[in-house]
Amino acid sequence: MAGAKEIRTKIASIKNTQKITSAMEMVAAAKMRKAQDRKDATRPYADKMRNVIGHLYHAHPEYTHTFMKERDISRVGYIVISSDRGLCGGLNSNLFRKLSKDIRAQQEAGIQVDFCTIGSKALGFFKRFGGKVLAQATHLGDAPHIEQLIGTVKVMLDAYEKGEIDRIYIAYNAFVNTMTQAPTVEQLVPIAGSTEKELKHHWDYIYEPDAKEVLDGLLTRYIESLVYQSVVENGACEQSARMVAMKSATDNAGDLIDELQLVYNKARQAAITQEISEIVAGAAAV
Amino acid sequence: MAMTIHVDIVSAEGAIHSGQAEMVYAPGVMGELGIAPRHTPLVTRLKPGDVRVDTGKGEMEHFYVSGGILEVQPHLVTVLADTAIRAKDIDEAAAIEAKRRAEDALAGQKEEFEYAKAQAELAEAVAQLRAIEKLRKIKKS
Repeated sequence: MAGAKEIRTKIASIKNTQKITSAMEMVAAAKMRKAQDRKDATRPYADKMRNVIGHLYHAHPEYTHTFMKERDISRVGYIVISSDRGLCGGLNSNLFRKLSKDIRAQQEAGIQVDFCTIGSKALGFFKRFGGKVLAQATHLGDAPHIEQLIGTVKVMLDAYEKGEIDRIYIAYNAFVNTMTQAPTVEQLVPIAGSTEKELKHHWDYIYEPDAKEVLDGLLTRYIESLVYQSVVENGACEQSARMVAMKSATDNAGDLIDELQLVYNKARQAAITQEISEIVAGAAAV
Repeated sequence: MAMTIHVDIVSAEGAIHSGQAEMVYAPGVMGELGIAPRHTPLVTRLKPGDVRVDTGKGEMEHFYVSGGILEVQPHLVTVLADTAIRAKDIDEAAAIEAKRRAEDALAGQKEEFEYAKAQAELAEAVAQLRAIEKLRKIKKS
């Protein structure tokens, strides 16, 4: 049996860890609420934009933008969104597992893959996993700004326009609820299903300067906003995953302390009993 | 009661304004626009500048946009505002920066690999030294 003092120091150290994890849990809970608000705030922009694009598309069915045209695939690009920090349970590794399965399927079909990473965990993953990373952005902070993503997204869109990649996917964690985050891989470009068929009435606009330029600007911004949305959503997932992970860590630490306390008590009692029996034996001998 | 038009100003990071207005002024790329209710449908790019919303109560609300897109329907004005300053060369610079970061990070990969390798070599060397020391002790005794 370990010495009583050793057990005491062990209990103290676990208590310290527990303090840290419970503090992290509370911080994550507070941040999660903010991140969820941020996620909701991005919705109107994308919705409005989708409407305008729907109208435009309806008014000009003959003009198809490169971002809307399907083409034969020989190389695809993935925009991978992860968190910057760890200690958030299996959030990132679940995403990477799903992603690598996807990538393997692509490679078996003879399709090559390029990557673009957002968040340092994704970058770290591709360092180990291998693969051509075209662009990256890290350290976006708790409140990411769209400026931080423009360059990264542009690299991918440029590659798409030049025909270097034929399809762009986006991989991120979708926020289902506080307990569940769903790793998701979605097609980003060509934009799928952007033409809402159920438009009741449509009209043509006056364009300034001209239709093509307006549509160009719109689509680029639309894609950026989708990426931004995913980043924000992934941020909300990160916080909630961290909250849950830290909660279970705190609980585990509590269990461990209880167990150790029991062991400590036993050790203490054994020591006392031994001392008494020694004294008694000593007295008897005298 | 004067006719009004609904105005939504949204950016990618959140809704900025939503409400009724008698008149909306916006800095279009082809010139300043004044939009009254029942304006013909229009889509235009915006220059950086001031979007003004005349609420009809003698108040004028100002919103600075650093560009964006304006959509007009007869009873609805939508300003899709950029929060970032956008220009072709700035975007280009951002793209180059993102690429450079990726290249740097991948160049760092080599260093990290070498770091790991060096660490392994160091561990091996330390083990060898320890073994030698032990052998010496055995010889001495």
